[in-house]
Amino acid sequence: MSYSTSEMMTVAAARRLRNGAVCFVGIGLPSKAANLARLTSSPDVVLIYESGPIGAKPSVLPLSIGDGELAETADTVVPTAEIFRYWLQGGRIDVGFLGAAQVDRFGNINTTVVGDYRAPKTRLPGAGGAPEIAGSAKQVLIILKQSPRAFVEKLDFITSVGHGEGGDSRKRLGLPGDGPVGIITDLCIMEPEADTHEFVVTAIHPGVTREQIVAATGWPVRFADSVQTTDAPTETELGALRDLEARTAAAHGQTAGEA
Amino acid sequence: MAAILSLHDAVKQFIQDGDTVALEGFTHLIPTAAGHEIIRQGKQDLTLVRMTPDLIYDQLIGAGCARKLIFSWGGNPGVGSLHRLRDAVEKQWPHAIEIEEHSHADLANAYVAGASGLPFAVLRAYAGSDLPKVNPLIKSVTCPFTGEVLAAVPSVRPDVTVIHAQKADRKGNVLLWGILGVQKEAALAAKRCIVTVEEIVDDLQAPMNACVLPSWALSAVCLVPGGAHPSYAHGYYERDNRFYQAWDPIARNRESFTAWIDTYIRGTADFNEFKAKLASTAEAAQ
Repeated sequence: MSYSTSEMMTVAAARRLRNGAVCFVGIGLPSKAANLARLTSSPDVVLIYESGPIGAKPSVLPLSIGDGELAETADTVVPTAEIFRYWLQGGRIDVGFLGAAQVDRFGNINTTVVGDYRAPKTRLPGAGGAPEIAGSAKQVLIILKQSPRAFVEKLDFITSVGHGEGGDSRKRLGLPGDGPVGIITDLCIMEPEADTHEFVVTAIHPGVTREQIVAATGWPVRFADSVQTTDAPTETELGALRDLEARTAAAHGQTAGEA
Repeated sequence: MAAILSLHDAVKQFIQDGDTVALEGFTHLIPTAAGHEIIRQGKQDLTLVRMTPDLIYDQLIGAGCARKLIFSWGGNPGVGSLHRLRDAVEKQWPHAIEIEEHSHADLANAYVAGASGLPFAVLRAYAGSDLPKVNPLIKSVTCPFTGEVLAAVPSVRPDVTVIHAQKADRKGNVLLWGILGVQKEAALAAKRCIVTVEEIVDDLQAPMNACVLPSWALSAVCLVPGGAHPSYAHGYYERDNRFYQAWDPIARNRESFTAWIDTYIRGTADFNEFKAKLASTAEAAQ
């Protein structure tokens, strides 16, 4: 069965969510991958959205972070302040699942501004829930398409911290969570190297070359000693993903945004 | 006790030029009609507070009502940018706007602190982030018991909060349900609070523990059916996703935006007339 690089990315990300994990989900690509996990390998994954739903089980992908179906299918709906105070800061989130406009080699995220903050070249939406998800979730997964504009040598702005300046940065900052444990792209999977916490390529999606990855990365990207080849999406995974996208398009009259 | 007023009278009476105003609603129950009425009455110099500025603040900012924006995520959900917000920040149109930027956890905590009568909120946040470098109001405080350094941010205490809800009774008690966002906290943090509602009923029939805002904690309740469009009101109407998409080209340039505001907002007497004009345009386009 043929598949697109975007589909490979979503499937690879979905596989990272273990069954039963409590997952704080960002809108867009993270929400798509998390729901695919729930519909395939991890039926008991618990999806928490910052608008308030806990245990959401939407049949179609939400267009906004507070779609009505998230509330209707949730185990409970709590106020937004409670989500951040009791459930996230309280230490109950296993995995924070984030998108990003830009990342650097230590998994720090920029969603605020390209260029100078006071005179921006491009003003991006801003922080949303990400800084505290990145700080307090036990682990963080990041999903975004790989390009030199997105994978940059130096971020203009660190909105949400990953491994900071590398090494034991997070510890020195006093952050409770382990930080990002994977960056899943349309080309590969990167994971933080022991000690340095620099993200290195640990798995390459089928058909992708090392040269492609190097060309799509704004820093001199390194490869782990042992690099795996990602398993191609199965028919089950692809079928579930395409059905989900078709249901979403029919329900909303558009595809769920990847922003 | 909340007065049952027309939206026109409530905005006229309770929102003054220069006020700090929070129009809240997290994707759900966004008080769009009230935003329109603020534009119609030409309110100016407002400090607007809102976690997710959304279309409602794109309109207020583009129409020149805002001096400052306090926010934590400014986009058109599922579509892209808020072009009027970006034009104001990047090109100072229609005039320069001051921005004060936070994270969601910060603003949510700041509303809780405001509703609690406290001067600031404390939370575990921002370590390693650049936001405190560009927002001097994000400070730190050391826990007197453990020595842990935590973020301290000023509470949000608006002059006026405006929210939309599903129901009120004739005394002005208000019931809302579904995604609640920070509306209750924003309402109780403010000096004055205006609530627009889908309907006014004899008996709220609120379940025990439901989110009810008592009339005596509010300033005004206004009957504005459909007043959260293009967001949704759970149990009444769905989110108008097509309008969010349609907004993108309207807001993309100054001329089309101004023409839209002149036609649909300044060119209509109230929200009912706005809805009728929007419906007739949609019909003509078919």
